[in-house]
Amino acid sequence: MTQLQVLLFASYAEAFGASSVTVSVDEPATTADLVGALRVLPGGSVLPETPLVAIDRRFARGIVPVHPDQELALIPPVAGG
Amino acid sequence: MIRTAIVADVIDVTALIREVTSEATGATTLFLGTVRDVNDGRAVTGIEYTAYAGMASDELQRIAEEAQAQFQGIHVAVEHRIGTLGLTDVSVAIAVAHARRAQAMDASRFIIEELKRRVPIWKCEHYVDGHRHWIDPTASHTSVVSA
Repeated sequence: MTQLQVLLFASYAEAFGASSVTVSVDEPATTADLVGALRVLPGGSVLPETPLVAIDRRFARGIVPVHPDQELALIPPVAGG
Repeated sequence: MIRTAIVADVIDVTALIREVTSEATGATTLFLGTVRDVNDGRAVTGIEYTAYAGMASDELQRIAEEAQAQFQGIHVAVEHRIGTLGLTDVSVAIAVAHARRAQAMDASRFIIEELKRRVPIWKCEHYVDGHRHWIDPTASHTSVVSA
């Protein structure tokens, strides 16, 4: 098992009641494992089927590996402008 | 030249125009996004903008660089404001200058469309009735409702 810290923003941060959470996942872990671990937490039911994930400040494309040394973030639908 | 920023203070749109304009630029466009008073039929009192600041800065810069690659010769200055904004406040300003108007106008459109699609910024609308909503452009309704 490894611990992954995930940054949360806007509606997701309100749903989870925190600006970041740490989850435990089996290694090797992927973005899908990360989302699965988040979904079972209190507040996790707000997540859509495939929420956007950012790795080191770039959008992840599809299911890709994640590591504890990366900056991980869950991105609600963006609404700038 | 390219300059992009996520800012907390009032955007000085005149300064942005001055930044991109030179003797070689015959056309300058300025796009402003402003807070309007009604959305989906509800009276709005203001909008709270929040951002994943580090990524928003990076993504905004990438978009401007893509615009410069696509519309060669443009000069670009973009600022997006975060924090609590009132009606008519400028939330985003995009100044683009080029020798010709078509490139300036097309690049401005490209930047705002990509910004709205990719930059991790969120807005929580506040309404006259005291409620607030996180705006979700991907949904037919907003995602969170609370008093």
